[in-house]
Amino acid sequence: MTTPAGTGVVEIADLVVRYGSAVALDGVSLSAGRGEMVALLGPNGAGKSTLADTLSGILTPASGTVEVGGRLAHIPEGRQLFPDLSVEDNLRLGGWRSRRRDPAQVYELLPQLAAIRRRLAGVLSGGEQQMVAFGRALMSRPDVLVVDELSLGLAPIVTRDLARHLTQLNAEHGLTVLLIEQNARLAFDVCERAYVLEAGRIVAEGPCAELAESPRVARAYLGGSIEETRK
Amino acid sequence: MRELLTYVVNGLAVGCGFALIAAGLVAVHRVTGVVNFAQGMFAVVAGLSASWLLGTGLPHGLSEGAAVLVAAVAGLLTGLLAIGRRGTTPQSALIVTLGVGVLAYAVEIVVWGDQPRSFPGLPGSVSVAGVGVQSQHLLVIAATAVTFALLTTFFGRTYLGKALTACASNPYAARVIGIDVTRMGLLAFVLGGLLGGVAGVLVTPLRPISFDTDVTLIVNGFAAAVFGSLGRAGLALVGALLLGLAESLAAGYGYAAYQLEIALGLMLVIMVVQSTRRTSVLEEPA
Ligand SMILES: Nc1ncnc2c1ncn2[C@@H]1O[C@H](COP(=O)(O)OP(=O)(O)O)[C@@H](O)[C@H]1O
Ligand SMILES: [Mg+2]
Repeated sequence: MTTPAGTGVVEIADLVVRYGSAVALDGVSLSAGRGEMVALLGPNGAGKSTLADTLSGILTPASGTVEVGGRLAHIPEGRQLFPDLSVEDNLRLGGWRSRRRDPAQVYELLPQLAAIRRRLAGVLSGGEQQMVAFGRALMSRPDVLVVDELSLGLAPIVTRDLARHLTQLNAEHGLTVLLIEQNARLAFDVCERAYVLEAGRIVAEGPCAELAESPRVARAYLGGSIEETRK
Repeated sequence: MRELLTYVVNGLAVGCGFALIAAGLVAVHRVTGVVNFAQGMFAVVAGLSASWLLGTGLPHGLSEGAAVLVAAVAGLLTGLLAIGRRGTTPQSALIVTLGVGVLAYAVEIVVWGDQPRSFPGLPGSVSVAGVGVQSQHLLVIAATAVTFALLTTFFGRTYLGKALTACASNPYAARVIGIDVTRMGLLAFVLGGLLGGVAGVLVTPLRPISFDTDVTLIVNGFAAAVFGSLGRAGLALVGALLLGLAESLAAGYGYAAYQLEIALGLMLVIMVVQSTRRTSVLEEPA
């Protein structure tokens, strides 16, 4: 499914973002429709996290436009919890924007968080931390969720569990998801469409099925072409 | 024995003043990473304001309260100058706070003159274990205890306090969830102003205050805050009380001239010990 220009819940056009004089994003355009799950692939240093930070308003564009229709939440790369606060306090702070501080609904959705609510976030395992980061983002009742490196450093079983929650939220609540991944298999599994970012520019985009067939994408992100994999 | 108890109570009261200064330093440093060298100035501004307001006939209580608010405003102004501009590093903010402290001298001298000022505190004395203790000393100790209890509750139990802690522990994540880290930093500076102000109105009746008293206050407050690694108000309180006791005993037994040296010496020892301890932690294999 392709979104007609200008109707997406996320619309990024000709975005340029700089760190000082270094250009991190160089004319990026990207859109996501309401209820769509879109992947953003790319190697280290491509500018993926820069895009996520710009979407959540932490970075200001040098030029171009960023439009988000609705509330956006951002699960940052590396979880970025508050280590010396409890799980529950981390969640409650996630409601800062929405002024919703009761984590009951998040506990309902992610019961494993209720079991560790009193523990300090800093002592949790990577998988537990990602779950807290997920719950913290949901506290603001987002319409759009940007997930930066969902699977990085996590065991496959944990990643699958998180991905299942994502697709479920998408199916049941129409949550729009922008999934930033280096693990293209996971991204292609979960998303309908994908963009490939390299050195600050979008170098490929389209339905995941098509991208997976493209030799270039397959070689770079799937560890060999589909043909080779099938042999 | 009787003398000793007097010195101890006096030392605790003076130490409480240092502790409140240290608490202000810790609050600002925890949230912003800035060492606020204008912290002693907040106490001076409050002390001078209170003495002046009482002189105009405003009653006790109101005068002190208004003086603390003036110190809070001084805190806000210092914060605006130090961290108001986006992208200021804690290091350059520290330099700004030093500058603000010096600039404040000029303002204070113009407004209040350069002579030490004081005002009477709580009159009378109370008998403790058969020894007469000045009521003002007890007031200082009680007020400090209440302030620290409030501070602990604020940071440990309230949503806003948790948000301030969040800014300290991961400013990037705080921004990700929509907390305005600069505004929270300014709030910390206001809190620093309030704490400095409380210190000023409590201590001025014990020791007259003048524009340059901030040096004594900041040296002692900083020494105490360093005892708590600039992040732990409880330890800073302990450090401040020890400093107050050491200085009071030294003064009591004839070494009054060396009070500031004692503070500086203790601060140096603490810093050296702490830096070696931290290095050894770093050197431990992971
Ligand atoms: N805070 C920063 N200051 C300067 N350069 C940065 C900063 N953050 C990222 N960069 C640079 O911007 C580019 C994109 O980084 P990033 O968005 O983190 O890439 P990705 O998330 O795709 O790995 C890289 O070249 C990186 O070195
Ligand atoms: Mg990244």
